Amino acid sequence: MTNDMMLHPGLLLIAGGILMAFVRGSARSALAVIVPAVALFMVWQVGDGIFGRVGFLDYTLEFVRGDRLARIFGTIFTLMALVGGLFALRQESRIEVPAAFVYAGSAVGAVFAGDLITLFLFWELMAVGSTLVIWAGGASARAASMRYLMVHLFGGVILMAGITGHVVDGGSLTFEAMKPDSLAHWLILIGFLINAGAPPFSAWLPDAYPEASWSGTVFLSAFTTKTAVYVLLRGFPGTEILIPIGLYMVFYGIVYAILENDMRRILAYSIINQVGFMVTGIGIGTEMALNGAAAHAFAHIIYKALLLMSAGAVLYRTGKRKCTDLGGLFQSMPLTTICGTIGALAISAFPFTSGFVTKSMISQSAANEHMMIVWLLLAAASAGVFLHAGIKFPWFVFFQKDSGMRPKDPPSSMSWAMVIFSAFCIVVGCYPDPLYAILPYPVDYQPYTGAHVVFQLQLLLFSGLAFFLLLNYLKRTLTITLDLDWFYRVLGTGIASGLAAGTSSALAASARGLAIRLGAFGVGLYRHYGPTGVLARTWLSGHMVLWVAILLLGYLVLFYVPD
Amino acid sequence: MHWLVRPESIRKLWIAFIAILALTVVAEFFVESHPHFGIDALPAFNAWFGFIGCVILVFGSKLLGMWLKRPDDYYDE
Repeated sequence: MTNDMMLHPGLLLIAGGILMAFVRGSARSALAVIVPAVALFMVWQVGDGIFGRVGFLDYTLEFVRGDRLARIFGTIFTLMALVGGLFALRQESRIEVPAAFVYAGSAVGAVFAGDLITLFLFWELMAVGSTLVIWAGGASARAASMRYLMVHLFGGVILMAGITGHVVDGGSLTFEAMKPDSLAHWLILIGFLINAGAPPFSAWLPDAYPEASWSGTVFLSAFTTKTAVYVLLRGFPGTEILIPIGLYMVFYGIVYAILENDMRRILAYSIINQVGFMVTGIGIGTEMALNGAAAHAFAHIIYKALLLMSAGAVLYRTGKRKCTDLGGLFQSMPLTTICGTIGALAISAFPFTSGFVTKSMISQSAANEHMMIVWLLLAAASAGVFLHAGIKFPWFVFFQKDSGMRPKDPPSSMSWAMVIFSAFCIVVGCYPDPLYAILPYPVDYQPYTGAHVVFQLQLLLFSGLAFFLLLNYLKRTLTITLDLDWFYRVLGTGIASGLAAGTSSALAASARGLAIRLGAFGVGLYRHYGPTGVLARTWLSGHMVLWVAILLLGYLVLFYVPD
Repeated sequence: MHWLVRPESIRKLWIAFIAILALTVVAEFFVESHPHFGIDALPAFNAWFGFIGCVILVFGSKLLGMWLKRPDDYYDE
């Protein structure tokens, strides 16, 4: 068992992260790159099968289960930690990167977990790690990090209730495909979906992630939602309800991103949009669709991190995050502009970028299953992705009006991280075979047909035409758009503070009543016993003698009264 | 002024863009396609579908925005 544990890539990342919190300088920088690199290597040393069986109460936990699905997610998570660690070398917060490694390591642990209890343990550790990453973003991020933690602890409770019910119903502890056929399984599904950003719990993501630091958001974009994609892939493949849920997420992301002004919130909404494509693919559930969801998760982590790195570079250099304050930066930040644009093209699934070879597997599987409405909606959504992320993000940040700012490209560690991920976007797009080779199922798909390239170019370029023709309607304003989190941020706190105010005024009223009564009692006491009170007055001796005489007289009278 | 933001460059970029748009529509006749549903067999389907889709998304978002937009300090205490 000990040997198996030593080989666990997730535990290595977690231990490395904790160690990093205690060292500084070049040792820390070296750890930030070496630890995830070794973890990436170790992901590929995990063979197929179960390793690290641990007894826990009456159960046997399967700490590590190696298979193709776990390995592809383990690969992209450790790669993300590696390039993210490089990007964040200049991060001055002592907590953020160690927390990000604990977060990444627990995500790796979750995808290698063979049973539901191990999965749950890593699931909760992810919530703690990610909350710390947000919290490290500074004073303005504290409240958002607490809202984020509440949502995820709530999701964790639902998941735990589901797992408990599943075991009580006689289900196996091994984490394998299930159907939403019992309350317990529904609870598990809901717990998974909360982390995916599915409705009605989508708002936690754009609320919390953009509050993290310039590097923190890069880490955050990768792990929580994609671990949720992984557990849905393994736990609920082909569950039809996931198709409408995924499509809702796709359009929710587009609409809210169109209305958004903050560049990193635009990208946060588009995470939900992209995860929506994956969730739809999982709902379709054919081998090709599941391959597409896994491949798209892989490509998505890279280009989304790249987009957020370019946004992070802009934030690092200018301190600004609103589109209304930005613009014209292409003149002085050429490298950031190019890398951000490559990320934007990849998320739009432009031919010869990674999104083109992965997202199309999902749409193609909808077509193969003769799901016309799903296919049409996915096509419209692909056009919408180009609109809200593919053009809108680079246009408003790097072009549009000239903001007058002339910031430089970021320092070399950040630039290199962007260049590496840009290269991944293009290499995977031009040469997808190595990615196809590590997908969960055998791939029988050729993305580069003449028709596919031409149709995709039509779809995207005419969306671009729509963008520039409608530019007046897309001008950014200093606004946010209300979401369902209004119910817990305004209505919920309103009810709570209303109740609190009601309670405290009732308390105050009863306290006042008590005080009045106590006061009256005090006044009475004072009247009788105070310095001028009847019972405290100094009496003259003459009065005393008189009263004694009266008492004696009374006694005599009583004595002689006949019986 | 950077060459990319000069009005004459922007005019040239628009001309190039429209030429490329036309090219993608023409190219359709030179590739072999296998439409699945019928609607996707219509001429330049992806071009007008993408364009109309975006117009609907933009105006749909504007409508929703009228109802749900708030100043961006709405949640600040």
